[in-house]
Amino acid sequence: MSKCLETKFNEILFKNPVIPASGTFGFGREYEAFYDLAKLGGLCSKGLTLEPKSGNTGIRLWETPAGLMNSIGLENPGIDAFIENEWPHLKEIDTVTIVNVGGKDEESYLTAIEKLNVIDAQLIELNISCPNVKAGGMAYGIKAETAGEITRKVVELSRHPIMVKLSPNGEAVADIARACEDAGAQGISLINTLQGMAIDYKKKALVFDNLYAGLSGPAVKPIALRMTHQVCQAVAIPVMAMGGISDWKDALEFIMAGATCVQIGTINFNNPMAPIEIIAGLETYCINEGLTNIGQVRGIV
Amino acid sequence: MALILNNSAISPGIFKMTVAFTGVVKPGQFFMLRAWDKDPLLSRPISVHNYETGQLSFLYQVVGKGTEILSQLQTDDEVTIQGPYGNGFPEITGDLCMVGGGIGTAPLYYLARHYREQNPTGKCRIYLGFRDSAYGVDAFEALADEMILDVGGIITNKLVVLASETVVTCGPEIMMETVAKTVPADNTVYVSLEAHMACGIGACLGCSCETRSGNKKVCKDGPVFVREEVFNV
Repeated sequence: MSKCLETKFNEILFKNPVIPASGTFGFGREYEAFYDLAKLGGLCSKGLTLEPKSGNTGIRLWETPAGLMNSIGLENPGIDAFIENEWPHLKEIDTVTIVNVGGKDEESYLTAIEKLNVIDAQLIELNISCPNVKAGGMAYGIKAETAGEITRKVVELSRHPIMVKLSPNGEAVADIARACEDAGAQGISLINTLQGMAIDYKKKALVFDNLYAGLSGPAVKPIALRMTHQVCQAVAIPVMAMGGISDWKDALEFIMAGATCVQIGTINFNNPMAPIEIIAGLETYCINEGLTNIGQVRGIV
Repeated sequence: MALILNNSAISPGIFKMTVAFTGVVKPGQFFMLRAWDKDPLLSRPISVHNYETGQLSFLYQVVGKGTEILSQLQTDDEVTIQGPYGNGFPEITGDLCMVGGGIGTAPLYYLARHYREQNPTGKCRIYLGFRDSAYGVDAFEALADEMILDVGGIITNKLVVLASETVVTCGPEIMMETVAKTVPADNTVYVSLEAHMACGIGACLGCSCETRSGNKKVCKDGPVFVREEVFNV
């Protein structure tokens, strides 16, 4: 395989810049039936919390035009069970491993981060942006001041580099990104889902028990692209962008907007092979354009 | 991609699609079907109605944009199918009593056929309930020792289960819950659940359901569960 997609995210070397997004990929096992996970630039775990969470009740999915609303509610086995049952499998895969962590308060974030100090992940994605549960940390992620505070404490405690995953639902996203950078974050990822609402007119009722839910998929791409561009202009640390990327052309647009890597989310549900097809498409693009590395078009717009 | 051998209405809003497929398919499993690019975004989980070597069929109701598109496909068109997924029904020995409601009757046909092949001397009784008009009944009749049909009423009002029978039910949740709660405790009852799904393979956790042994995924751990797992009986 050519090296035209090799990408450095700070000191971390990715064989390509394509990583399935947290929450759309479990812990990877389900997709092993489709392809060798080592072909991916990296793997990102399902969002973890200190304690196990059973997730939200009621309907959790609602399809919208070119989009999907979800209210999963961070169902996950908890940090301890992850370290015991999932990490031994995940760490053997020859790719960059990212662990996504959420929390409901400072203590739960910090305890989770401390527990993760026993493993050798390459990067932690600090989730301060899940809109679907209090434990998702969106309360921290919608204000620059609180985002910076929690980031600073996490960075101090963790032996891993911290990439903060930002919400599109709060203050100006560039301000939040700057606050995280000032607090010592080594990277930014964005966007988490956009908070939306669904009503079932036939039942005269809310669709989701939790009232609001997160919108993702191709419908959100222009917003995600704009926010990625704003953040890339605002910070010097690398950015891992996502939001409605469904093919290699979308991925390329985010890189042209300044993203170092891209995450592939909802489209995995439409096409389980999407990340692999995106990698192949980017490689062909480099060859056709005579690029020695995809980085030559990064931030070009 | 699978080649469509036939796709036609068997009743208003109810279609049967047969595609070319070779593989191992168990009764009660499902496939994710798609005949579009990204709008709608998701594939549609459709249960296996029948499988004979080389021919896989689905019985489905048109309820929205996705099933509308599926219903318009013609012979020799192609459809993307992913699967089979899900646990499917267990092998049933002894006598079988099936309770199906509406489009929930779809997976029971393949089960009845499979049961007949495996249990030549077993008895198979079939209860079918429909809201407006019945469909697919003749095919069931050919496999049943006894058929009990209800249109417009409540099928479970007619349900009498024999001590020798294993019960299998698929249909509206209220119907399955009634079956789960009224069949004597000594009978084994299997229910086949339906849920909104995004991936169909256990990754998205959109179809999680509460069970006695914690959350389970309808797509991967199910869709077939013993009644005690998912209903308070």
